[in-house]
Amino acid sequence: MVIRENFEKKLEELKSKIIEMEELTITSLKRAFEALKLQDMELALRVIEEDNEVDNLELEINQFAIWLMAKEQPVAIDLRVIIGALKISSEIERIADFGVNIAKAAIKIGKEDTLLNITELEEMKEISVQMHRKAIQSFTEGNLLLAKEVSALEDKVDDYYASTYKKLTAYLSEHPENTNQLVQLLLVNRYLERTADHITNIAENTAYLIKGKMYDFNS
Amino acid sequence: MVMTTISVKGINESKMKGNQSKAISKISEDIQVPSKIMVKDLDLFYGEKQALYGVSLQIQEKKVTALIGPSGCGKSTFLRTLNRMNDLIDGVKITGDIVIDGENIYASNDVIKLRTKVGMVFQKPNLFPMSIYDNVAYGPRMQGIKNKKELNKIVEESLRGAAIWDEVKDRLKTSALGLSGGQQQRVCIARAIAMKPDVILMDEPTSALDPISTLKVEELITKMKEDYTIVIVTHNMQQAARISDKTAFFLNGEIVEYDNTNKIFSTPEDQRTEDYVTGRFG
Repeated sequence: MVIRENFEKKLEELKSKIIEMEELTITSLKRAFEALKLQDMELALRVIEEDNEVDNLELEINQFAIWLMAKEQPVAIDLRVIIGALKISSEIERIADFGVNIAKAAIKIGKEDTLLNITELEEMKEISVQMHRKAIQSFTEGNLLLAKEVSALEDKVDDYYASTYKKLTAYLSEHPENTNQLVQLLLVNRYLERTADHITNIAENTAYLIKGKMYDFNS
Repeated sequence: MVMTTISVKGINESKMKGNQSKAISKISEDIQVPSKIMVKDLDLFYGEKQALYGVSLQIQEKKVTALIGPSGCGKSTFLRTLNRMNDLIDGVKITGDIVIDGENIYASNDVIKLRTKVGMVFQKPNLFPMSIYDNVAYGPRMQGIKNKKELNKIVEESLRGAAIWDEVKDRLKTSALGLSGGQQQRVCIARAIAMKPDVILMDEPTSALDPISTLKVEELITKMKEDYTIVIVTHNMQQAARISDKTAFFLNGEIVEYDNTNKIFSTPEDQRTEDYVTGRFG
């Protein structure tokens, strides 16, 4: 007989809620970027509207985790998984907010001729999605190696962030008529850089719950 | 106060082989705080059956040390070796050293003196069928204290020390068996304190108590460690986590892991410890 079978199931349920929240967030990020690229206002609005699903899931995970702690009195790895789920869900919620910010930027840029091609924002978005998947896989599988890979990818995002910043500011000095769009793209650049940071936090929290000690992947 | 290194010297060094003394110095490197009890290479047999295998650990002074592990793992047997309660069982054979304050307790035959120094509280309250006062005064009277004032003082101090004085001060002369289970257990603790021991052993002292009485006894244990070294066997993981400073995990007569309690319950080193504290077996 498996001891604590019910508790094991609840832990799995908690993890699956994290994955669900994650999937929603990745979709939101991809759609927001799609809206920016294709200048699709309806899609941008949909991203903003659907953000409350992520917020609700975060709340649900919080309540579920608190109830599990009260009921099961977990220790050691079990406690770290539950605390990890709490912290990770709040990081995911922040990431989803950046998706919303990108969608808002898309709306503010509107139908102006797009200047996305002078940036590396698309690459940053692609890497962020990859990081995201690795971080969550690392959490659900308890795989420390994947958590470390996330941190290596973050360095790439940082490099793209710096070079995109330079390109956009240089372009701005020559084309002041595009200020509105360039400022929005600078903001998107920042949102993507912050997204990668928060994903790295997820990886750090995951590494903590696997090993029981803190890693600083952001430095 | 006896530092670890001093109590190590308390072992008859002529009996120690070179590798043993190396092993001891390694232990003293790990733990730099005062040790009250030092156990080394303890084996215990009930007849042919071996119940403890090479148990070594240092119990720190004025700390609470919890012994945890599944039923039959040897933790109560180990606890009882610390005041030679196993001597009462036929066919028990013990080898190894238990050194308390520098003295090997199996080297002398004065178990009365040992049990004065190392008191014990059991799973079920076991008060004598006499008044509360007489229960607590029993030990001191056996030691020859007859002066009424002195006895009164000991009884009051002991009952206060066990956080039960206010509840029983107006009924000291009534039968102790009329008290609730939780109160009886605290009177048992008072009876142990009355002997002015250094060490108090507790064998699942709250397993027969209701939740509130349990919490009262836990509070009491936390306060008592200011004055006493406490070793407690408990099946309640949360209790071990709440009240102890050090935890030893026993399995099949061996110590699997012995470390700070917060380490045992947050990031244990051994997978078997993790499986036990998270309730995956046992």
